[in-house]
Amino acid sequence: MASILAVDDSASMRQMVSFTLKGAGYEVIEAADGVEALNIARDKPVNLVITDVNMPNMDGISLIRELRNLPSYKFTPLLMLTTESSAEKKQQGKAAGATGWIVKPFNPDQLLGTVKKVLG
Amino acid sequence: MSIDMAQFHQVFFEESFEGLDIMESGLLDMDPGTVDSEQINAIFRAAHSIKGGAGTFGFADISGFTHTMETLLDEMRDGRREITTDAVDVLLKSVDVLRDMLTAARDGGDVDQANIDAQSAELKRVLDSRPGQETPVAATDGEAENAAALPTAPVVGWHVVFRPHAHLMRTGNDPLRLLKEFRELGDTSVTCDIGGMPAFHEYEPEDACLSWDIHLREAVDKYQVQEIFDWVEDDCDLAIMEIYDESAPAVTPAMAVTEAPPEGRVKPDLKLADPPPERRGGGDRRKPSKPAASASAGSIRVDVPKIDSLINMVGELVITQSMLSMLGEDFDMQDVPKLLEGLAQLERHTRELQESVMQVRMMPISFTFSRFPRLVRDLSNKLNKKIELKMIGESTEVDKTVIEKIGDPLVHLVRNSLDHGIELPEVRVAAGKPETGTVVLNAYHKGGNIVIEIKDDGKGLDGDFLFDKAVSKGLLSPDEVLTDKQKYELIFMAGFSTAEQISDVSGRGVGMDVVRKNINELGGSIEIESELGVGTDIIIRLPLTLAILDGQVVRVGDETYIVPLVSIIESIQVRPEMINLVGGKGEAFKLRDEYLPIVRMHEVFDVKADHVEELTEGLLVIVEAEGRKCGLFVDDLLGQHQVVIKSLEENYGNVEGVSGATILGDGSVALILDITGVIRLSGSRQDDFRLPRSA
Repeated sequence: MASILAVDDSASMRQMVSFTLKGAGYEVIEAADGVEALNIARDKPVNLVITDVNMPNMDGISLIRELRNLPSYKFTPLLMLTTESSAEKKQQGKAAGATGWIVKPFNPDQLLGTVKKVLG
Repeated sequence: MSIDMAQFHQVFFEESFEGLDIMESGLLDMDPGTVDSEQINAIFRAAHSIKGGAGTFGFADISGFTHTMETLLDEMRDGRREITTDAVDVLLKSVDVLRDMLTAARDGGDVDQANIDAQSAELKRVLDSRPGQETPVAATDGEAENAAALPTAPVVGWHVVFRPHAHLMRTGNDPLRLLKEFRELGDTSVTCDIGGMPAFHEYEPEDACLSWDIHLREAVDKYQVQEIFDWVEDDCDLAIMEIYDESAPAVTPAMAVTEAPPEGRVKPDLKLADPPPERRGGGDRRKPSKPAASASAGSIRVDVPKIDSLINMVGELVITQSMLSMLGEDFDMQDVPKLLEGLAQLERHTRELQESVMQVRMMPISFTFSRFPRLVRDLSNKLNKKIELKMIGESTEVDKTVIEKIGDPLVHLVRNSLDHGIELPEVRVAAGKPETGTVVLNAYHKGGNIVIEIKDDGKGLDGDFLFDKAVSKGLLSPDEVLTDKQKYELIFMAGFSTAEQISDVSGRGVGMDVVRKNINELGGSIEIESELGVGTDIIIRLPLTLAILDGQVVRVGDETYIVPLVSIIESIQVRPEMINLVGGKGEAFKLRDEYLPIVRMHEVFDVKADHVEELTEGLLVIVEAEGRKCGLFVDDLLGQHQVVIKSLEENYGNVEGVSGATILGDGSVALILDITGVIRLSGSRQDDFRLPRSA
């Protein structure tokens, strides 16, 4: 089954994302910030990364930039969770190499729909 | 798939309250004018997480309110806005409002809507305070565009030309996936255009070179088609064109459509996929069902080292257990020393395990202390006093229940210190003191207790003034003789408020008696030391844990009772010459120039004792509670044990004089005495028994 790395500094969001995806049968690895996520991702390639944008230590956009530069993440879908309704954050994310975004607030069905879409 | 969001609420509330604390302490530390970017970032992130979580978990009003705060913080962290004292003050107040909203959402209470609205207006005022800046966009904007795009002509399908840019796949997107999404919308035919393919030797395998013509024969909304390309709209050339029903009266001439669909059906009931996220909100708002967790229940976060030490202890326990069972398999009298050694080890490990488990419930007192910088700042402004708060021993660990229950009493005491203790700057200078008053909060461990001190260098308590006050209120008869300490303790009497003028800071007349009651309920005590003109020191002693108590087992007839060890001063055997009868009403005995009443336990609990009459035959356990001492007359002392407290209220009902029960080593049940209650019980028997005091 596809493995997903869920990155968020908020434990409740991480739990919700992880619970939803595990319920749908995905393998989910959690990380609380970009640095932790990058270490995990380097260690073991995952099929999809879902990351929050605002996080301590390393934010989501830097994480995406770092990941995209790794050979094994060249084509991996990298999604950002964003509440930013402004196009600016999305553009920053895209410029860093993000595949797309999920706009917060979202419900589990929307999350699953998007994940199914990118993982085929 | 339906997931009950309520299961995440508890974690959400916990981290939101933590976030509020981060915001509050961050805002308090913020120096207007200078920006510490990491600090303001941390505050922003906290607001951001609360907003995101609130939106996701169905608290739209909280999310909306936080959004405004977030906008303000965002501008501050980008340097677009100066950090002013005004803005910080408004943000601090907003943190309070947000805390109320979260509390109401968690406990199902009502929110003060007027207050929220007023605070929102305040935030907006600050946001708008600088001219020439765009006003913040409301969270729900962006709907209008979609709503206006609804087709009015009989559109029967869409013709899409999709030409990815070369780098499209390197963003993790995949043209095939996008094409598949069309199929979910309806009947789709796709033509691939390979015209963009370069010659083989120029071909870059990671580039996207193909492009596609897509015909969707389904009358979906345009935004549904746009949504498919939402993530790649800047990474491709895209044209989305309507296909009109040619059999219906044409509204606009069809565009250059090569392949008009023959079937001219218009589906009125649009098959809506997931609505776009911006459209949610209104319908999703729901009252949180019954609170999943109240303030006192809930989960606890435990450091991993604590859990590791627990697991370690359990490991040791298992080893000891297996050693003992091996010993038991083939037991010989020679092995007795080994057995005893094993039992001693078992006892040691059990105790260590118990301590480790207790550690799990321990939290640093800083959880309680952290609110005080704010309180002192706000109050000193309000009172026009200059006050410095010093906090010592914030990392001292206390039981979680104590943390939860000690907060309000401490707030009350600190308020009192600020309001009544510390003088106005002029007064202080006139008295030869530094202009700025100091309040010290100090927490430390002392002999199995937690001690919390609240010390100020204010005007101190005036014992005679308190005494006169109590007399004038009819709480005391004027001929009473009290020591200074007893006079100070008058402030704990119900109905006693020293504020000459009732301010909104303190002095509502309820208070100190409740403070003492709360602390007593936690099994603790409160004491005052004061010197007129120099300052006041309030000392609170609390047990380290509420689940286990060091107790003295006493016997009265056939019954055993537990007296909390903290209440016991000493145990003595009385000699006949020590006993006095006071006014024919009660018995007292003289102990080192002090006369103490005797409480006959067998009378209080109505049990048959061995030595009903001869006080000299039994033992007197001298106990102290709420500043009163007395001697409990019991038949025998049986030993000291650590006992696990079982609640009587939960399992039976409230019994005066008894605070709980426990199960002794031999399996029998013993009641744990509530000394305050016992004294009260005996007092009611002995009428208005007043003890004479020696000067």
